[in-house]
Amino acid sequence: MAGVQVANVSRSFGAHKALDDVSIDFADGGFYALLGPSGSGKTTLLRQIAGFDFPDAGRIAIGGESVERVPVEKRRIGMVFQNYALFPNMSVADNIAFGLSVRGEPKATIAKEVQRALDLVQLGKLGGRKPHQLSGGQRQRVALARAIVTKPRVLLLDEPLGALDKALRVDMQIELKRIQREIGITTIFVTHDQEEALTMSDRIGILRDGRMVQEGPPEEIYDRPQSEFAATFLGDANIFRGNATGFGIKLPDGTTIAASTGASVPAGAKASCAVRPERIRISTGAAKPDPANANTLTGRVSKRIFAGNNSTYFVDRDGQTLKVIVQNTGAERLAEGEPVVLSWSPDSTVLIAA
Amino acid sequence: MATTRILEGLGRFYIVLLLGFLYLPIIIMAAMSFNASPFYQLPFEWTTDWYQSLWQNDQLIAATWNSIEIAVITTLISTVLGSMASLALYRYEFRGKKVLQALLFPPIAIPWLITGTAMLIFFFGVGIGRGFIAILLGHVALALPYVIVVVSARLQTFAPELEEAARSLGANQWQVTMRVTLPWIMPGVIAGGLFAFAVSFDQFVVSYFLSTPGQTTLPVEIYAAIRKGFTPEINAVSTIIIVVSMALMLLTARFFKFGGEK
Repeated sequence: MAGVQVANVSRSFGAHKALDDVSIDFADGGFYALLGPSGSGKTTLLRQIAGFDFPDAGRIAIGGESVERVPVEKRRIGMVFQNYALFPNMSVADNIAFGLSVRGEPKATIAKEVQRALDLVQLGKLGGRKPHQLSGGQRQRVALARAIVTKPRVLLLDEPLGALDKALRVDMQIELKRIQREIGITTIFVTHDQEEALTMSDRIGILRDGRMVQEGPPEEIYDRPQSEFAATFLGDANIFRGNATGFGIKLPDGTTIAASTGASVPAGAKASCAVRPERIRISTGAAKPDPANANTLTGRVSKRIFAGNNSTYFVDRDGQTLKVIVQNTGAERLAEGEPVVLSWSPDSTVLIAA
Repeated sequence: MATTRILEGLGRFYIVLLLGFLYLPIIIMAAMSFNASPFYQLPFEWTTDWYQSLWQNDQLIAATWNSIEIAVITTLISTVLGSMASLALYRYEFRGKKVLQALLFPPIAIPWLITGTAMLIFFFGVGIGRGFIAILLGHVALALPYVIVVVSARLQTFAPELEEAARSLGANQWQVTMRVTLPWIMPGVIAGGLFAFAVSFDQFVVSYFLSTPGQTTLPVEIYAAIRKGFTPEINAVSTIIIVVSMALMLLTARFFKFGGEK
């Protein structure tokens, strides 16, 4: 097992820059998510790390060894594909045995390792089945067992849970985490599902248009996004645009918003502020102002969506629609059309350089 | 209800008619190969004389073996070359690939008479002339497009991730092809091989141009024999061939059912 270093990797397909000077370090034993919309380059990056495709420029190292010109079959990686890619003509056991068998391991060793892998993914008795006789979740486990039985240095997963239904997906997320912890393998996981990235990974890399937008632990990216894109792609955010004042921004209508986290932007420069919907307090005008929530705006509720444990309010304010999420605490619910006051703390406001 | 029954009856009648149309001439021919009269005269009188005299007809037997030999070699060469070509067309992007693919189809549509004439002229031009090698080369050229079309069609259903998965597990190109790709396209390869065998074994026109009196094939020999005067030996040899090729086809059909992916 080993860490993976990606340094200044670029890859173009014709005029299209799929990866543009991407650098990221994956520490040994960590669980990483590469998150981005489709076409962001996350799968291209995974394929460079796997060795299916070579970068035009830059360096890729696995366990400190440069591999950017080493073909996939010599990289000692394990990969799980989006549609599992199980060999249809082979039994489950033969699928898992494939990697050991092409390496020429003795039959007895193969049988032992295959059984251990089957047990690890809790499919102990299904070795004799053919892939088409398995359910989606079982196929997923076989694909995982096949990828790790060869003891690869790094495990690569290309949207592995995309084809499963919601309940099964949550099960598999837990299962995948358990197996990853158990064998302690460096795992890089491509997804477009932000929730999956947040709940599963130790660190997240957000990609957009072939560039690494931000990289760090989920909490850090969520609480301190460095761009409007990161703020809105990982979770929901209300974005205000204006000019920096030194301690926040001034909106075009003169309202100031104070921010105590985020980038430092010279006064006068264009900047924006991001606020998470669950950080905003919503109240009718009658409520007393709270000094801790120094940022205040007024607006009118245009829509309310009730979701059981919480409600989402859409509040219209000066041509902008703001989103506020309120936990269902039993407090009185606000009606559509009602004038409201929104308030939140500067600590919940992230300043972003334009 | 009544309409459905009438339609069903019509459908059955149609199938019987169709099968009769296909098989009746063959059945009659097979029956006549066991009839004593050389002029198809009834009543039917059982005999195996024609099979015995066929056994003594060295020319016909030599031509049969020749045909089988050429068909088998043609099948082997064109199936291997054709499957390899299909894999190359599937896997790689190269200059002129589109042109090459487009050029594969016309030979199927060009009349064999024209192909045969062209081959005859060409083989004389390059010094191969007529005979066994010429017939073999001609048959391989005719059979190749069929194999490539059939195998390529099968490859269209192949998931490229399977090759990638195999490579990620450490398999080299040879292991990937032999253990993952080939098992998947096998039904296509076998179907392509059957096509190749049929194209070669049935081939009359091109063989006629390229054969010499000593080196000929069964269809050419049968044609020559009929021109000299019809004998029921032809019925006998045809019956044998029908039985053998139908057995081959049925076996293949069985293999397809159990060997293909289900």
